[in-house]
Amino acid sequence: MNLLLLLGFPLFTALLVLLVPTKQQVRWVSFLGATGQLIAALLLFLAYRVEVAAQNSSQFLFEVNYPLIQSFNIHFHLGVDGISVAMILLTSFVVVAGMLVSWNIEKMTKEFYFLLILLSLGAYGFFLSLDLFILFFFLEMAVIPKYLLIGIWGSGKKEYSANKLALMLMGGSALILVGMLGMYFQGGREFDIIQLSKINISTQYQLLIFPFLFLGFGVFTALFPFHTWVPDGHSSAPTAGSMFLAGISMKLGGYGCLRVAIYLLPVGAKEYADIIIILSSIAILYGAFVTMMQKDLKYMNAYSSISHVGFSLLAMAMLTQTAITGALMQMVSHGLMTALFFAVIGMIYDRTHTRMANEMGGLMKVMPFTTTVLFLVGLCSLGLPGLSGFVAEMTVFVGSWQVDDWFHRSATIAAIMSIVVTAVYILRAIGATAMGPIKNKSFLELKDATWNEKLAAVILLVGILSIGIAPSWLNNLLQPAAELITNRITGK
Amino acid sequence: MNEFFYLMKTELIVTVIIFFLLFIKLGKDRTNEQLLPIIQFILLVNFLTSCFFNQDGNLFGDMFYTNSLIAFEKSILSLGVYLISMLSTDWLKKTNHMPEFFILMLSALLGMCLLLSSGNLLIFYLSLELATIPVAAMANFDLLKKRSSEAAMKMILSSAFSSGILLFGISLIYGVTGTISFAELPKLLDGSPLLIMAFVFLFSSFAFKLSIVPFHLWTADVYEGSPIAVTSFLSVVSKAAIAFVLLTVLSGVFQPLQETWYVLIVTLSVASMIIGNLFALRQQNIKRFLAFSSIAQVGFILVGVSGNSNIGISSVVYFILIYMVSNLAVFGVASVISEQTGKENIDDYKGLYQKNPLLSWVLALALFSLAGIPPTAGFFGKLYLLTTGGAKGSYLFISIAALNMIISLFYYLRVVRAVFIDKNDQPIEKLPIQKPVKLGLIICSAGIVLFGIMGWIFDYIESLH
Repeated sequence: MNLLLLLGFPLFTALLVLLVPTKQQVRWVSFLGATGQLIAALLLFLAYRVEVAAQNSSQFLFEVNYPLIQSFNIHFHLGVDGISVAMILLTSFVVVAGMLVSWNIEKMTKEFYFLLILLSLGAYGFFLSLDLFILFFFLEMAVIPKYLLIGIWGSGKKEYSANKLALMLMGGSALILVGMLGMYFQGGREFDIIQLSKINISTQYQLLIFPFLFLGFGVFTALFPFHTWVPDGHSSAPTAGSMFLAGISMKLGGYGCLRVAIYLLPVGAKEYADIIIILSSIAILYGAFVTMMQKDLKYMNAYSSISHVGFSLLAMAMLTQTAITGALMQMVSHGLMTALFFAVIGMIYDRTHTRMANEMGGLMKVMPFTTTVLFLVGLCSLGLPGLSGFVAEMTVFVGSWQVDDWFHRSATIAAIMSIVVTAVYILRAIGATAMGPIKNKSFLELKDATWNEKLAAVILLVGILSIGIAPSWLNNLLQPAAELITNRITGK
Repeated sequence: MNEFFYLMKTELIVTVIIFFLLFIKLGKDRTNEQLLPIIQFILLVNFLTSCFFNQDGNLFGDMFYTNSLIAFEKSILSLGVYLISMLSTDWLKKTNHMPEFFILMLSALLGMCLLLSSGNLLIFYLSLELATIPVAAMANFDLLKKRSSEAAMKMILSSAFSSGILLFGISLIYGVTGTISFAELPKLLDGSPLLIMAFVFLFSSFAFKLSIVPFHLWTADVYEGSPIAVTSFLSVVSKAAIAFVLLTVLSGVFQPLQETWYVLIVTLSVASMIIGNLFALRQQNIKRFLAFSSIAQVGFILVGVSGNSNIGISSVVYFILIYMVSNLAVFGVASVISEQTGKENIDDYKGLYQKNPLLSWVLALALFSLAGIPPTAGFFGKLYLLTTGGAKGSYLFISIAALNMIISLFYYLRVVRAVFIDKNDQPIEKLPIQKPVKLGLIICSAGIVLFGIMGWIFDYIESLH
């Protein structure tokens, strides 16, 4: 399978969106483009399975490699392993759903969809690239669409949020940039991830470069204390924007932390693991407790994202194979779950014009479909068996428990305890929204989800359930790649 | 003789155009409407001829030398002049003495071309003056505006001052080494204190022209007072020429003093980036805003200069090419708005997108390129500069530069925000865009989008030397 297809398709869709005249055509073109990309991603998954079944033992498959700038040894190098395939699948699911829930955007529709596609293009490119320069290019490419999406179509204090998000992410990029150049010079003028993974950079420089890279990518994935853009950004963004931000963009950071920082700088990773564990434990607990205090559903989901993403960072820093697999599963699961959560909140907000949980009530009676989805996604968030959240969190905890000293154990216990807090806020919020008497008479006239919203919810639910019920496919996809990473860390 | 024509091709053509314009001025009165397309066409031809039939060689006993890199740099400058003639159509049609404007601009271009090719300090000084004095006259071109005269006065006084310092530096160099030839100087530079002082004088003259902090004080006022066409010439073409010369002089002639000037360049680069950026944060007038942003950009150029390698030179040339198209696009949009509505403040741009989507997108694209955001070319330009600058291994320096990219993003986003996000009850009406302006904007936008992605352009520049 040619990976250029996965980049060409969104690019082509974006250009087509610019060309078609009416709003309705724009919507259909984007939706069909995203669906085509979803099919392409599924094909990629199948092709990957076929290759693996055929005992193809190379680390990255379907490589594409063109020299881009010879003077700097920059190559347009693409390739996938299990992690990238999983992330691309996640992205394509979220993108289709995002296109569907934005159906009723009337203000500057063309620009809106164009920016959404551009954002997804950045994500696809990022997950595909095996050259640090190209990776960085795609990472930064997504910053401007985010800024404009929040600034133009957002709500609340959108200018502030957009500025904060753009500047903080740019700050993260600046850190990554310095780290990347450090790698380039210490790794013998090399940007290629495969080449760099064969070189052992001296310990002194690993210790110098690792914080730049990890913190840089950490900003993207809401590493405490660089998480402050998350609540503002997510809650001000339009629905599809929040879905992309939480479902895809935050995963870029997690993927970068693992693929670039930990994989390429194993000594640095081992040295700094304890600090990461402390920070992510704080994020998990702090995120969970702050979520308890939120009444605005979007803020609630944003803070709970900080807590959930903390799980995957925590698991990464445990540096065992199971934990890293768990971290990746958590990223996929959280991506699907949080995107669906934001989608449902968007659906409710479009109808009730409020996001405050305490102003709603009894929505189950008027919008059964929407609230059922809300229930399911809430249960997924608190880790109910049968849904993806349970599988991911369980793997994280089992993996973390394997490291048997008091420090790691207590961090694991702290993380596990946060689940109780999660249950409290999720059940409370859902109870306030869906159950009880209808507080506002005008809610009686509300209509349930339209076809596009239903389709979006179903697509994401399929993802959540397929991981929850039969997790082995995802596990088989991620485990070999996680094993390679841990092998490099333990020096095998 | 044949060699003479080939090597001095660009200079000779520019001279011929200047004389042609003089004769036009003497002849029958023609309106600007009739003349402008002809002049624009001539400038296009000038640009195209500067791209081809280039040879390496020396003339007049090494006083004039050229090679493929210098020829490429000259064609960048010619492209800049051509684009300015297109983008300022609105203003040029209204102005009273259009042929004179082009005569002055081309004289400055001639000076810059000679400057790039100069092989000894004398020609260097002469051509630098030729490149400066017409610009001061150009700054005064809005004859009825006081600010324009003030700008010209500031410009001429500060240039004269910097020329004086330059001459002093040159005389010191001649006094110590006994030669003014660029070819012989490197062998004679032994790093004695007097020579270093002479170098500092020489360098401060460069710093004046490039408006490097702390020699930047004239910049904002002159930029604000001059007509936009002149401002764009000053901030793009003139800076590009001086930066090119700085590259050749530093890495060619003053190579033996490398240890000294590395520290100097790094310090001034950091100062320019920080001060340029901090002052740009609070500017209202778009021209002042661009003045400070260009100071910060020069700081970035110095990052590449500090690399002091062939690849460093390539990355600076490449960056300047990108900086030129990006900055000219911003000036082009600003010129359309300013000429038709008289508005030059960033606050006036609020809601521009409602009625003028094309201008808004070009402006946004150009600003993103200046800020260094992918997929625009500016991203590649800045990254290459940092990569070459980082080769010396100073992580602190690179971190400061990267930090400045964040600050600069903040103020570039301010304009983007005004254009796209902020609400305005009375946004700027739909402005007609003249054909030449449109073409100029399209060329600039195409450059912004393509120069970065087409990586071979960099490899081509790298292959030139």
